Amino acid sequence: MPDTKGGQFVRQANYRKWDGIMMKKSMMKKLTGFATIAATAMIFAGCSTASTTGSGNKQTGNTIKIGVNMELSGAAGGYGNQQKQGIQMAVDEINDAGGINVNGKKKKIDLIIKDNKTATSTSASVAAQLANNDKVSAIIGPATTNAGTAQTPNITKAAVPALSPSATDPDYTLQKNGKVQPYVFRACYQNNFQGGTAAKFTYNNLKARRVAILGDNSTDYGTGLAKAFKNQFKGKIVANQTFAAGDKDFNAVLTSFKSKKADAIFVPGYYSEVGLIINQARQAGINVPIVGTDGMADPQLVKIAGAKNATNVYYTTPFSTMASKKNPTAAKFMKAYQAKYHQVAPTFSALAYDSVNMVKQAIENEKSADSKKVAAGLAKIKNFDGVTGTITIDKDHNAQKPIAIETLKNGKVVNSVSIK
Amino acid sequence: MTILKANFKYNVSWLIIMVAGFYLMNTLMLMGIIDSFIENMLVVIGINIILATGLNLVIGFAGQFSLGHAGFMAIGAYATAIITTNSATAGGFYTSIVVGVIIAIIAAIIVGVPTLRLRGDYLAIATMGAAEIIRIIINNLQITNGPSGMFNIPQFATWPVVYIMVCVTTILIANFVRSRAGRAIKSVREDEIAAESAGINTTNWKLAAFVFGAATAAIAGSLDASYLQTIAPTNFGIMESISILIIVVLGGVGSLTGSVVAAVVLGILDTALQNFGTLRMVIYAAALILIMIFKPTGLLGSHELSFKHLFSGTKRKGRVRS
Amino acid sequence: MEASTLQTFFQQLINGLSLGSIYALLALGYTMVYGIIKLINFAHGDIYMLGAFWGYYVINFWHFNFLFALLSAMLVGAVAGVIIEYFAYRPLRHAPRITALITAIGVSFLLENGMSYLYGSTPRDFPQIIEPVNYHVFGVLISNIQILILVTACLLMVILQVIIKKTKMGKAMRAVSVDPDAAELVGINLNRTISFTFALGSSMAGAAGVLIGLYYNSIDPLMGMTPGIKAFVAAVVGGIGSVPGASIGGFLIGLLETLVQSVGLSAYKDAAVYFVLIVILLVLPAGIFGKNIKEKV
Repeated sequence: MPDTKGGQFVRQANYRKWDGIMMKKSMMKKLTGFATIAATAMIFAGCSTASTTGSGNKQTGNTIKIGVNMELSGAAGGYGNQQKQGIQMAVDEINDAGGINVNGKKKKIDLIIKDNKTATSTSASVAAQLANNDKVSAIIGPATTNAGTAQTPNITKAAVPALSPSATDPDYTLQKNGKVQPYVFRACYQNNFQGGTAAKFTYNNLKARRVAILGDNSTDYGTGLAKAFKNQFKGKIVANQTFAAGDKDFNAVLTSFKSKKADAIFVPGYYSEVGLIINQARQAGINVPIVGTDGMADPQLVKIAGAKNATNVYYTTPFSTMASKKNPTAAKFMKAYQAKYHQVAPTFSALAYDSVNMVKQAIENEKSADSKKVAAGLAKIKNFDGVTGTITIDKDHNAQKPIAIETLKNGKVVNSVSIK
Repeated sequence: MTILKANFKYNVSWLIIMVAGFYLMNTLMLMGIIDSFIENMLVVIGINIILATGLNLVIGFAGQFSLGHAGFMAIGAYATAIITTNSATAGGFYTSIVVGVIIAIIAAIIVGVPTLRLRGDYLAIATMGAAEIIRIIINNLQITNGPSGMFNIPQFATWPVVYIMVCVTTILIANFVRSRAGRAIKSVREDEIAAESAGINTTNWKLAAFVFGAATAAIAGSLDASYLQTIAPTNFGIMESISILIIVVLGGVGSLTGSVVAAVVLGILDTALQNFGTLRMVIYAAALILIMIFKPTGLLGSHELSFKHLFSGTKRKGRVRS
Repeated sequence: MEASTLQTFFQQLINGLSLGSIYALLALGYTMVYGIIKLINFAHGDIYMLGAFWGYYVINFWHFNFLFALLSAMLVGAVAGVIIEYFAYRPLRHAPRITALITAIGVSFLLENGMSYLYGSTPRDFPQIIEPVNYHVFGVLISNIQILILVTACLLMVILQVIIKKTKMGKAMRAVSVDPDAAELVGINLNRTISFTFALGSSMAGAAGVLIGLYYNSIDPLMGMTPGIKAFVAAVVGGIGSVPGASIGGFLIGLLETLVQSVGLSAYKDAAVYFVLIVILLVLPAGIFGKNIKEKV
């Protein structure tokens, strides 16, 4: 701190008083000003203001416009770009086959991709642009729940359905009063279902009674799953710790788990962090089962964790290399993805791929690409044969599909159990 | 009293312009020229104007480098989200703004009293830390619904509400800056020791500016929550504080007009870049660097657009207090 | 999974020190640059990211061994630092400091998003060029890479201190940091000194990139963001401009984070760091080792 005491005048005290008086005066002035303004505001309030009501976008052209509101940059950019690859591939396949059959006429998809930079305000703006200016039939995205809920008011006003490949919050598709959002859909599991399945599996199949939770605390995905697991797990939760996306060091938490005598660890989060947790846990000599969810079903997980460490690891997933052997749709997708992008398809791409095809199915069923019709069609999807399983949209616009638990041993999927 | 009258004249002129602007926008909206997409952009710009002018008061006029603006914004946003979800009335909304402002003021005092003793980058890093603490607390509370954030917040902050709020806060800040209080805080910026020896209680005035800035940030947060109907703790991180700072510096530190201009420019740029996908932030970053290198004092430097200037033709600085 | 309390304590100590050494490694670069031109070099964390990516490519495709990868990453970091200084900071040397700060943020955004654009933002696994080996010392686990990082951080700190205190360039650096104009008057080449400082600081970041990439086995274009801010906090806590301060600050932050997590408050670990930062600044406004400059009338 600067040494200023010596520089002060004795008279300062008087000035202080003067200060106070002037402060009050300026306050008075402000209040008068405020009153004037408030009065003006009243006048404003009296007059009618513009408002928009949508009756949905009609599609009369020779193409069907589908918008993509996606996290291509920012915190969730990695996941968003994986989804974009899946969307792009689905659209290319549909267009190569001539397009979508709308009432006997084949129409190609005109894909409009926009970036919401993982920000809620941008997501709302992108949705408004897609729904009102580009007049799309449907929107695919966003990847995250928060960006998704931010677009809901705008798409609802414009009556354009949006199908998110990966927004998992249970309330994502619901209004405040518990009724379903008419234009909001998702292609993935919601947290309660997946967390509950993981809890049952850990208790019944792994026979674990003392579980430590280490969840992602920067997304609704991690906290939602952790909560669901905690509520539905019959054993004891011995520790409940969290990390934030981008964290790299989990040694301290893992060491604290050691003394808690946990016989399994539940790690709701995405592969980028869970991979590191597996790596560091095994390095630290923690060899108990590690249970996770579909956020870690990514080929990159094993690479980050190290093949040797990825043993005794379990995760819930709708989609996998193992399942693809039994499911011809998935097998075809895996092969095409490998050919197009030279990598093993991640879950996010598979979910996004399914989302596009669900929109296609909805348009074909309704024989119309008008946005309101697409919404109605999406709500009625039943037994849709997707890459991520047979999908039925339930009354709350959630995707119902079978869930499987895969087991990793030395980085390879060795077992896949269906859970009822 | 003469100043009051003089200021009154200019305030009325501004008010007329603001009313005219409102009717112009409203007409364009009724005609369908401004659709909900542009409206969305305008609202975001409006909220950014409130944030940037508030921060400019702290940085540009009081000379206190604060990097914690987003924390106070979060307080307002969550106040509105929590209150309006429980009482979805216009009264609830306005109450929530007031509550947000009060909590933000209290928080600003708690943060400001100790940290405003620091200066420059140390103050910046301390305020950034304080804002992060606020965010982390929100992230872990039950009432705020943790990291999932809150959604389905009823919308009361429609376009006219945001517009009026922008006008109100801008007029308040502009008048504050031009009052005796404004000159006091500017003297603190210019030379703290000289100001103190001239009898100005620097600590109090610094705190006054800081608290005022925090209060406007809370208002902006309330509007943001109510307009977007969705908030999450991640919206109020360090990056948000930095993006507000960018608006202030780009417009010109110490120029309220500059903040407004920069908020508009960046708002349009940001919207236009939506189509560029991953390249978007690359272009944004490159534009930022280039503007800063070629226009280091910001778009407007410390110049203001002022009627006083236009009416009398004399320099603002040359005005003598009567 | 049995562990005695004492063993747990020492294990957490090791965890804290190895995390701290990472922050220390990054804080060294921050403190040098800030010391000389009073600029928070936000791009420092991103140079660390560049170093990691460089290491990733040369090891995978050119099959460099560890030492060459480390040294070449230091070189790349140094070059990147000098280029950034030349194009982005030098034109603004006489501009308001806040302008330079925004430019630094711009450079940081450019590097993060440019790399995301070119290489995608999916995390990659770092080639495990050194096989991790765990040593058990009285039941406490420590890996060879942890030791390597700890030793490197300490070694670099000593080397830096020697350069600053004993060489001619170091003397020039100290002179510039006290008064650039006076330093120029006595014949010090300002540009060269500042460039050298950037090169030195940035080479630390390059080295950190390879070491940390190897340690955690995961790199991505945004990896510099969080540790960058934490390392800056560490530098401020230690007293910005001071080399030993940066190291102490780094270790302090690492230990603090570990302590908070080990008692089960992981959700608040960042909050604790910022809280301690504010408290330290209030007690010691210039950090632990910083010089408190009295303002004259």
